[in-house]
Amino acid sequence: MINDIDSEAYLRMLRIRGFEEAVTRLITEGEVAGAAHSSVGQEAAIVGACMALRNDDYMSGTHRSHGHPIGKGAHLNALMAEILGKVTGVCKGRGGSMHLTDKSIGSIGESAIVGGGIPLATGAALSAQVRKTDQVALTFFGDGASNEGVFHESINMAAIWKLPVIFFCENNHYAAVTPARDTHGQPDIARRADGYGIPGVIVDGQDFDAVFKATQDAVARARAGEGPSLIEAKTYRFDEHCVGLFIKGGYRTQEEMDYYMTERDPVKLMRATLLARGYSDGDLSAIETRAIAEVDEAVTFAKSSPYPEPEEAFELVHADPIAIRR
Amino acid sequence: MTEALTKRMTYLDALGLAQREELERDPSTIMIGEDITLYAAGGAYGDIDMSRVRSAPIAECGFAGMAVGAAITGLRPIVDLTIANFVYLAADPIINQAARLRYMTGGQFNVPVTFRASMWHNQANAAQHSDRPYPMFMNVPGLKVVCPATPSDAKGLLKAAIRDNDPVLVFEDNDLWGMREEVPLDTDFVVPIGKAKTHREGSDVTIITVSGVLRHALKAADALAKDGINVDVVDLRTLLPLDNEAILNSLGKTGRIVIADAAHRTCGAAAEIAAIVAEDGFDLLKKPVRRVVTPDVPIPFAQTMEKQLYPSPESIANAARSLM
Ligand SMILES: Cc1ncc(C[n+]2csc(CCOP(=O)(O)OP(=O)(O)O)c2C)c(N)n1
Repeated sequence: MINDIDSEAYLRMLRIRGFEEAVTRLITEGEVAGAAHSSVGQEAAIVGACMALRNDDYMSGTHRSHGHPIGKGAHLNALMAEILGKVTGVCKGRGGSMHLTDKSIGSIGESAIVGGGIPLATGAALSAQVRKTDQVALTFFGDGASNEGVFHESINMAAIWKLPVIFFCENNHYAAVTPARDTHGQPDIARRADGYGIPGVIVDGQDFDAVFKATQDAVARARAGEGPSLIEAKTYRFDEHCVGLFIKGGYRTQEEMDYYMTERDPVKLMRATLLARGYSDGDLSAIETRAIAEVDEAVTFAKSSPYPEPEEAFELVHADPIAIRR
Repeated sequence: MTEALTKRMTYLDALGLAQREELERDPSTIMIGEDITLYAAGGAYGDIDMSRVRSAPIAECGFAGMAVGAAITGLRPIVDLTIANFVYLAADPIINQAARLRYMTGGQFNVPVTFRASMWHNQANAAQHSDRPYPMFMNVPGLKVVCPATPSDAKGLLKAAIRDNDPVLVFEDNDLWGMREEVPLDTDFVVPIGKAKTHREGSDVTIITVSGVLRHALKAADALAKDGINVDVVDLRTLLPLDNEAILNSLGKTGRIVIADAAHRTCGAAAEIAAIVAEDGFDLLKKPVRRVVTPDVPIPFAQTMEKQLYPSPESIANAARSLM
């Protein structure tokens, strides 16, 4: 009855939800410098994609950077510490909210340059192909990023060289505050796949099963040497583009937001699915309690960790240190 | 192979040899760039599995970014961007990714990628094919920048770049491609990144050179010798990191310094060297620093306009004379 994949997926979705809520709280309380892009609302798309990958498969992400490593299985402590700028952070306080990178779970980096992670994952796929491993790479990007030139360049090269890469678009219908309908000649990004001669599929990004299944198919294709796929998950972000930013509202209707938040909340939908699948309320509460405890632990760990020493700014510039003139 | 063994070859052949040796030595080395399976600068891949030599579509930003992704996942890509102006199209993955991924991830990744770019100035190609963009990249922490001026250095520095665990930009002076010299055949011959080379010892005036300007400086030194002026000629070879010590040592011998560099004047390589001299070598100076550089104009097509713009043996010699 209890299925490992389902319960793990639910746990990861709850971790993302809880982590993002904690970050928002910390920003509001003034504990976090800078701002943060929340993935609340996009949990099923992220976790559905990541659960189709192995730990040693590669993944690159975006400026909306917290959900992806969590979805891929990262431990929360070092991620939260990074957001607080602590030395125990996964990037030792050098990356912050937009760059949560955890190599140990196959994350090769998130990128504050919109579209920046796309060629990197494509290159990781090239690397797997040349080294003859059976790893695949998955790159997350938004609808906005799909208008960058590197999206086209990378997907075309992946197609001609049959690279084991999955181009995964989290289409939350907005690039910052600009609606996708105003910036795409063809609103279905997955249909662009035709232009590169690869499969393109659209999935309901609020539905874990749909995303998981579509990504599994793409991963199987990639591992079999059949090349890349383009998956477009139609999803929705519940928070503003950026928590801690002044610009708010005015570009989407209350009606639309209410619809997604009440009827299309991926966490609620997943809970209902699991209940229908035979999980008991107690089974699910146990997972929920665990997620809350992990987030609390991460916040405590992050808060009690020290900040980096100012001197550390001069370290890690090069593989073999060279003198930095001051 | 004995160390003494050398072969006379061109700068371009030396680059190709470096590439082939490294591809053969280390299976994690790959090449990517436009048209490279047929006539990459240097060409000739021997028995290399061609899945490691990728002729890419015309997509500089894309394949430079892919090389970065490949570099952080276990390969050593050499990216041939051909003409140096095309580096700008790949600026995002070079600057935003390659240069800072190691730092920004707290040291989780090395980024062992080599970007090659050839500077085709002084050949009537006009402004979009005549740039010498290395100073811009000297302003990017995390990169290394080398500019070989001789066939031996071309081989040794390119090999050092490929073996380096950081991203290295190799700017080649296309005017040197046909230049010949005895080049070491030792497959482990590398020229260390970060070390300048003194090509001529002198006590009256220092000429610091970058890339192909070296040969003009050596001609200038010959002419100056006839006037009884002894010139110390130092080729920097590496621009990032700069060999400050070599610059100051030479200045200590002469007290006079001319910096000859084919990049533009404003914020050029010569500007940084002049600043180092002013900050750390002021007391050694007998005369003001002189820069012989390219004026701040886009490079024109007509040869009557173009030729005069770059440092020449005459302009370098004149600058040196003005300090005596
Ligand atoms: C190259 C680049 N251009 C612009 C920006 C500013 N910016 C940050 S996020 C964003 C919107 C991105 O939209 P999308 O790709 O759909 O991702 P989403 O925010 O919806 O997750 C923009 C324009 C940037 N960070 N990088």
